[in-house]
Amino acid sequence: MNYHWNWGIFLEQVKAGEETYLDWLITGFGWTLAVALTAWVMALLCGGIIGTLRTAPQRGLAFFATCWVELFRNIPLLVQMFLWFFVVPELLPRELSLWIKQDMPAKEFVTAVLCLGLFTSARVAEQVRAGVQSLPNGQRMAGLAIGFTLPQTYRYVILPMAFRIIIPPLTSEFMNIFKNSSVAFAIGVLELTFQARQMQEDSEQGIETYLAVTVLYFICAFVANRGMAFIEKRSRVPGFIATSK
Amino acid sequence: MSFFAQFDLSVIGPSLPFIWTGLLFTVKLTVIAMTGGIILGTLLALARLSPITPLAMAATWYVNLMRSIPLLMVILWFFLIIPLLTGKPMGAENSAIITFTLFEAAYYSEIMRAGIQSVPRGQVWAGQAIGMTYAQTMGHIILPQAFRNMLPVLLTQTIILFQDTSLVYAIGAKDLLKAAEIAGKNYNRPVEMYVFVAFVYFVICFALSRLVKHLQSRIAIIR
Repeated sequence: MNYHWNWGIFLEQVKAGEETYLDWLITGFGWTLAVALTAWVMALLCGGIIGTLRTAPQRGLAFFATCWVELFRNIPLLVQMFLWFFVVPELLPRELSLWIKQDMPAKEFVTAVLCLGLFTSARVAEQVRAGVQSLPNGQRMAGLAIGFTLPQTYRYVILPMAFRIIIPPLTSEFMNIFKNSSVAFAIGVLELTFQARQMQEDSEQGIETYLAVTVLYFICAFVANRGMAFIEKRSRVPGFIATSK
Repeated sequence: MSFFAQFDLSVIGPSLPFIWTGLLFTVKLTVIAMTGGIILGTLLALARLSPITPLAMAATWYVNLMRSIPLLMVILWFFLIIPLLTGKPMGAENSAIITFTLFEAAYYSEIMRAGIQSVPRGQVWAGQAIGMTYAQTMGHIILPQAFRNMLPVLLTQTIILFQDTSLVYAIGAKDLLKAAEIAGKNYNRPVEMYVFVAFVYFVICFALSRLVKHLQSRIAIIR
């Protein structure tokens, strides 16, 4: 293998500019965190609502939620990115469309968050639905019997338990969202994968570049995993779900 | 309103043969990566469950490593590393095939491991008791059941794989998405092409997922 190692590359300046390659990676890391975390908030909100609606007794609402899940689950994330970036602005009224194309601040970032958030919301919704359905039916009946309306039963009885039950699968979704945020490179978000490709082309030190970026992704996955484990431990309900450990 | 007035479906017809070659590559990549991934994944699962500690550890490391890196980074890694190791350049298409086979093996191996562990332990003992070797026990008793139990999950993973192949975009391999994009550029109609390609992906994945659901209800072994 004929490869010239150069571990000092990170402190060297980029070919056209004052910054170092390390600056590029730090910027990339920041954007990756920003995209993933904002999209995660959105995915939890939308996923919680859609997942709940899927278990609703109203046929129409449940059908709408099913369509939502199937739509976002059966199109590749990269294709969805292109749809939001190139196609959706064309569907909007002319003035709004022009504003988005020309003046909207952080257009790539907003698009990527919207796309990744909705994509992940379909997956979260499936977990929420599974969580709600795993609860004994008696809990719903008990809620209704003490005079709660159905929304109140969900709010105070079913969802607090369902969300605790699904923390383990949500943990892997949370770790996935950092990995999936890499797809945002395709619409020009300056996140880690974008910077990795850019630095590899600019510096021609591919292995060092990719190693550094891979380590940064590792850190994201690890911290996400530990963070969720902490929440899981703190939110345990005494008498339920493996409190004996 | 303006959108539908401008929406011109007539450009799709003439570009269909070109998009078809893209779809063929996507299907080829999916089928090879699935076959190779399941075979390699089964071996990895056996290694993880084997009593030989170094072997089990190596397999565990490989699986965890692959599963914690974004697929896009894995694609870029292999595209960079393979030419360095072999000393000659490799096309994006072949690089994609090798990458997806090795990457998917990690995911399939987790499924096969769950499948092997779902077979009651007594069956291994029964196999040994009647004088079967390890290979015979696995090949004739455990793996067929594991495979059957996990078939719906394996197919679901294959649907995910089918969608993920669109990421070869990053190294410029000509798959369904890339072909549609090129066609869109040629006719100056990118919007129609993106919608069309999303529709094709949706129809294929939705139909396959219905099929898996149907299979799931028929295939379960009644104990």
